Amino acid sequence: MKVKEIASIVDAKQLADGVYSMVLKTTAAQYAVPGQFINIFSNNGSKLLPRPISLCEIDKEDSTLRVVFRVVGEGTKEFSEYKAGDTVEILGPLGNGFPLEGETAIVVGGGIGVPPMLELAKQLSGTVTAVMGYRNDDMFLTEEFTDVASELIIATDDGSVGVHGTVVDAMKENELKADVIYACGPKPMLKGVADYALENGIKCYVSMEERMACGVGACLGCVCQSKEVDDHSHVHNKRVCKDGPVFLATEVEL
Amino acid sequence: MNTKVNIAGVEFQNPIMEASGTFGSGMEYSEFVDLNRLGAVVTKGVANVPWPGNPTPRIAEVSSGMLNAIGLQNPGVEVFCERDLKFLEQFKDTRVLVNVCGHSAEEYIEVVDRLADEKRVDMLEINISCPNVKEGGIAFGQDPKAVESITKLVKEHARQPIVMKLSPNVTDIKVMAKAAEAGGADAISLINTLTGMKIDVERQSFVLANKTGGMSGPAVHPIAVRMVYECANAVNIPIIGMGGVSTWQDAVEMMLAGATAVSVGTANFYNPTATVDILDGMVDYMKRKNIEDVRDLIGAVR
Repeated sequence: MKVKEIASIVDAKQLADGVYSMVLKTTAAQYAVPGQFINIFSNNGSKLLPRPISLCEIDKEDSTLRVVFRVVGEGTKEFSEYKAGDTVEILGPLGNGFPLEGETAIVVGGGIGVPPMLELAKQLSGTVTAVMGYRNDDMFLTEEFTDVASELIIATDDGSVGVHGTVVDAMKENELKADVIYACGPKPMLKGVADYALENGIKCYVSMEERMACGVGACLGCVCQSKEVDDHSHVHNKRVCKDGPVFLATEVEL
Repeated sequence: MNTKVNIAGVEFQNPIMEASGTFGSGMEYSEFVDLNRLGAVVTKGVANVPWPGNPTPRIAEVSSGMLNAIGLQNPGVEVFCERDLKFLEQFKDTRVLVNVCGHSAEEYIEVVDRLADEKRVDMLEINISCPNVKEGGIAFGQDPKAVESITKLVKEHARQPIVMKLSPNVTDIKVMAKAAEAGGADAISLINTLTGMKIDVERQSFVLANKTGGMSGPAVHPIAVRMVYECANAVNIPIIGMGGVSTWQDAVEMMLAGATAVSVGTANFYNPTATVDILDGMVDYMKRKNIEDVRDLIGAVR
């Protein structure tokens, strides 16, 4: 079920340069699963379209959702200035979410693809290896991953922490194996992870991103290319907001 | 109180519908809106075969509006009839307008012929903002001769009344309205989106993969009101008014300018219940103003 309501912000803080965390009190938490996202609306009436932001943590008991986002434009800049006690309009939860599978799993996040992997790591029942990629030592959520994952492997672009390189370099270096890989991050990273999974015969789910308008599957703004003819439009376009954002790596063009 | 309006012999329980392309065939929004409350569902444009649409990004935000360059992605008329029209069966109180698109006269006709015997289709809305590939890509809707001839041709084939959807990207929209009327259109709808462009100054590149996109949203509303008013004074066929309608005031304004019915488009994206909120607001307005018949609003401001 999707909820459109005014959520109150119970916690807001900065985690790293340009990266912010916000905890929202909302009934949407009751229906949320890892890998889903919510649409957050600007309080500035001239910015009509919501910003789709992935769920970092879900607390059904407190009925809260945590989102961690990077400031990339004026909408997210506005969100970064919110304080506890402020309110914000949201619609969600949206999208399909990650299926929880496997005795052993690798969760891979790159940059602002890191946050959605946290709730997933918490909910996976098997052994979880977390591989997180950052630009440099200005990292975020590493303590949380240390708590919930069996192992945390870090890769940084500048080599200041962990493996010098990408998350794919880190996976290769550690010769990681598992029943399933889950990944969220920029497209080249997803392609690298998908290739690694294919070479090692591991099932792989990727979470995709695209500019959206409606967020509910009506406008067809946020499609990604699918290998097979899609069920909805009978072309080769899956809707990231409705059919995704999580896809099997083998069903989409990366 | 009467909220019914009539367009070309088709009765609508109220004048509020949604604008083609913003609502699919209603499936996604039926989670938020009782489709039985709408005057009509206007479907996303459907072509003779599936269209893949444009590359992404297809969406850009602008002040009080947005640009889209979806490229009329659609599953083609066969799938549409089997799935979408079947879904719409259950909403007996709501009329169904099917929006038709094509790259050539032949493509439009193929769709119109296929829909001829579909009982659930109450009316056809013809999108003439598509480029005519045989005429070097100029949109049908930008040449009055092409508007008149495509209207005439569609009218010869259609079993349902036809609404010609006009493009605002013209010097004088009255000329296009008159051309549609001369071609035998039962009604016109306007405005389609205004062609716009957005450039990312940091990346120094176009935001949309297609470079240009159709602008919609509250920012275009005053232009739409002006064009509806002009057309209402130029032709004698009914008008479905649209363009940035997001509040009941916008909808009432459209009717006062001369529209018989009003479509809600971009507002659905940020308020999934925009259509019924607008309907409720309009009814409250009528009560407050002691307006017995919604038709008294049509063209009341001259």
